[in-house]
Amino acid sequence: MRIALIATCLGDALFPDVAKATTQLLERLGHEVVFPAEQVCCGQMHVNTGYLKEAVPVVEHHVEVFERARFDVAVAPSGSCVGSVRHQQAMVARRAGRTDLAERATALAGRTYELSELLVDVLGVTDVGAFYPHRVTYHPTCHSLRMLRVGDKPLQLLRAVEGIDLVELPGADQCCGFGGTFSIKNAATSSAMLADKVDNICSTGADRCTAGDASCLMNINGGLTRGEKGVQTVHLAQILNSTRERVAA
Amino acid sequence: MTSGTFLGIPRRHRHEESPLRGETSFPKAAKTALANDQLRRNLKHATGTIRAKRALVVNEMPDWEQLRDAGAAVKTDVMARMPELLEQFEAKVIERGGVVHWAADAAEANAIVTELVRAQGVSEVIKVKSMATQEIGLNEYLEEQGIAAVETDLAELIVQLGHDKPSHILVPAIHRNRTEVRDIFLSEMTGVVEGLTDEPKQLAMAARSYLRAKFLSAKVAISGTNFGIAETGTVGVVESEGNGRMCVTLPETLITVMGIEKLLPRFEDLEVFLQLLPRSSTGERMNPYTSLWTGVTPGDGPQNFHIVLLDNGRTNALADQVGRAALHCIRCSACLNVCPVYERTGGHAYGSVYPGPIGAVLTPQLTGITGHDDPSASLPYASSLCGACYDVCPVKIPIPDLLVELRARAVDADRSRTIPGGWDAAMRAAAWVMSDAKRFAAVEKTLAVGRLVAGPDKLISTLPPPGSAWTRTRDMPAPPKQTFRQWWKESHPEGSIARSADPADTEQKDGHR
Ligand code: SF4
Repeated sequence: MRIALIATCLGDALFPDVAKATTQLLERLGHEVVFPAEQVCCGQMHVNTGYLKEAVPVVEHHVEVFERARFDVAVAPSGSCVGSVRHQQAMVARRAGRTDLAERATALAGRTYELSELLVDVLGVTDVGAFYPHRVTYHPTCHSLRMLRVGDKPLQLLRAVEGIDLVELPGADQCCGFGGTFSIKNAATSSAMLADKVDNICSTGADRCTAGDASCLMNINGGLTRGEKGVQTVHLAQILNSTRERVAA
Repeated sequence: MTSGTFLGIPRRHRHEESPLRGETSFPKAAKTALANDQLRRNLKHATGTIRAKRALVVNEMPDWEQLRDAGAAVKTDVMARMPELLEQFEAKVIERGGVVHWAADAAEANAIVTELVRAQGVSEVIKVKSMATQEIGLNEYLEEQGIAAVETDLAELIVQLGHDKPSHILVPAIHRNRTEVRDIFLSEMTGVVEGLTDEPKQLAMAARSYLRAKFLSAKVAISGTNFGIAETGTVGVVESEGNGRMCVTLPETLITVMGIEKLLPRFEDLEVFLQLLPRSSTGERMNPYTSLWTGVTPGDGPQNFHIVLLDNGRTNALADQVGRAALHCIRCSACLNVCPVYERTGGHAYGSVYPGPIGAVLTPQLTGITGHDDPSASLPYASSLCGACYDVCPVKIPIPDLLVELRARAVDADRSRTIPGGWDAAMRAAAWVMSDAKRFAAVEKTLAVGRLVAGPDKLISTLPPPGSAWTRTRDMPAPPKQTFRQWWKESHPEGSIARSADPADTEQKDGHR
C-alpha cells in the first residue's frame, strides 16, 4: 500500500525518531511510505485552546497538502492528532462557515488512521516481527482510548513482540495530565495528575513506558526524569520497529 | 450555530454573591485545594471506590448504550417542547390539589418559599438535599429571615454542621473522612453521646437520633426533585437513606423547588431514568428509596403541596446550543467521579454549587460571563479534555465538545481587546507558522537554541514563562540535532513526495499479508 505519513508538528521538531520508526516499520512490512513535505500541523493545539478561527488556515493547509499527495491511506503515530483530523477539522471548518472545507476534511479523515489502527484494521497484522527485550508497561492515551476507540489494538501488537515482558499499568485509563495547553494553564492540577501517573508506572517495575502519542510521552518522561525514576519512555512505533538485527547492531 | 449573543446573556441572574459564581479563578482555587493532602487522599479514595462500583453495575447491562440513547432522546424532546410541557405539568399539579409558583430567579424563589413557610407560622423547617435550593442560596436566605433549615440528608447535614460548602453534587461531604465527621458531630450536634467513635454505624446512629426528633416535630419540609412528569404532575426524589421519604411524607406542608429542566414528558419515561440514574450516580442497581408524589391525598402525607418552578438562567441557557445540551444533565455526578481534575481539586475549586465537568459547562451558562477575569470564564479550561466524562454520562452530554466551544467563545469575545493577551499573540503567531511548511522549518531551526540550555542529559529543566509552569515539576526534552523532515530528505533522496504510481502498483506492494 502507499501510505502517507503525518509526522505531526511535534514529532517533526522534537521526536523525529518516532516518525522515523513509523517510516521504517511500514517499509519493512513492504509498503511504500510517502511524506508530503509541505505538511505542518493538524490544528489540534489551536482547537483545544479555543482558537478555532486561527485553526482554520492550519486545517486548510493540512487538507490541501494531503489532497495533493497521492496515497491510499494516511497514518500518524499519534492518537490525538488523528483524533483531531477525524473529530475536529470538519467542525473547525463548519464553524467558520466553510462547508466545502468541512466536506474535504471529512473525506480525508476517512482515509486517516492511527498507527495501531492501520496495522491491525487496515493491514491486518498484529505480529510485525519485532524484538524488544524489556519490561514494558503501556499507557493508553486519552484520545486513542476515547476519541478513536483503538481498544486493545496496541496491546495486541505489543503482545506479539518477541522478548517483551508486558506488565499492566494500574489506573491505565487515567489521563497523564498533559492536555496540551492545559499543562500550562492549570499547571498545578496537571502536575498532580502526572505525579500519580508516574507513581503507577513505577509500581509496575517496568523499565520502559510506552504509548501511542509522543506528546503524552513527553509529559510522562518529563515527570520520570525529574523524579529520577530510571524508567524510560518509548513510543509504540519504536518498539514495533525494533528487531533482533537492530538490537544486535 | 454560534450565537454571537453569548455576552448578551442578561445579567439580571447575576448577583455578586451567587452560589453559582466563584470568587477566584479555577487555577488559583485549585492550587489551594491541591496543597491539602488530606483532601486529596479523601477524594482519591471516594472517587476510586465509586468509579469501580459504577463500572461493575454498568458493565452488567447489555442494553446500556441503548438506554443512554433513550435518555438523551427524551431530554432532547423536553428541551424542544419546554413551554408546552411546563403548562401541561402545571395543569396536572393543580388538578391534583397542588399549588404552582413560578420563579424567574433566585430572589423570587427565595421570597416565595419564605412566605410559604411564614404562612405556617414556624421558624424551623426540614429539608431533603436539593441542588436547586443550593443554587439559590435558600438556606442562607431563610436564616437571614429567622428561619432555620435543617438538612436531613446525612452528607448534607455533615456539610451544614461543619459550616462548610458541599464539594460534590451527590456526596456533598466527599472531601471529609469519618474522623473529621465524628469531630463535627461532637462539636456541633446536640445530644451526642460523649464516647462517639468514628465507626460508620455509630455515626449513622448519632445522626439518626438527631434527625428523628426533627422529623417528628417539623410542620414544613422543603425538597428538591429528580423529575417532574408533565403527563401526571408527579414529582419524585430518589435517595439512599430514607430521610428524604420522611421529609416528603411526615410534615403537613411540602414545598418542592424544581429547576424547569427536570421535566419528563411521560410517566413511562421513568423506566429509562430510574435505570440510568442509580447506576450512574451511586453504582447501585436500584436506589433504596424512590418517593413519588402527585398533588395531595386527603388523610395521607402532606396536606399542602407547593411547587416552585425555577428558571434562574435556564431559559437563557435553553436558547443556546451549549446551554441546551448542558440542561440535559440529570445530576447523577458520574462525570465528577471519573474526572481526573475533580479528583485532585475537589468541588470547592470550581467555586459553584455545580462543580466538576458538568459544572464547568453549566456554571458559565447560568451565570453568563462578564469578561476574561470572571471566575466563570476560567471553568471551561479546567479540563484536560480526556473525555472520561462523556463516556460515563447517562444522557450522553458531549462535555469535551461543549468545553471546546465555550473556550472558543471566550477567545472570540476577547477579540475586540485593543491589546491582545499573551495567548492571543502566541496563538496567532503559531497559526501563521503552522499553515506554511517553510515558516515552520525556519522556526524549527531556532529551536536548536534549546540544545544550548539543555544539560548533558539533553533535558531542559528551566524555561522562561509561560513554559516555567511546565518545568516547575517536569523536564522538557532538548530539540534533536535533526528534524524528521531533514532526515527524510537524506534517507529518501528520490523526493519528498514519491513518484506517482497507479493503483495496480499499490496492490502489488500490499503483498506482505
Ligand atoms: S453531565 Fe451527565 S454524567 Fe455529569 S452529572 Fe450530568 S448527567 Fe451525570
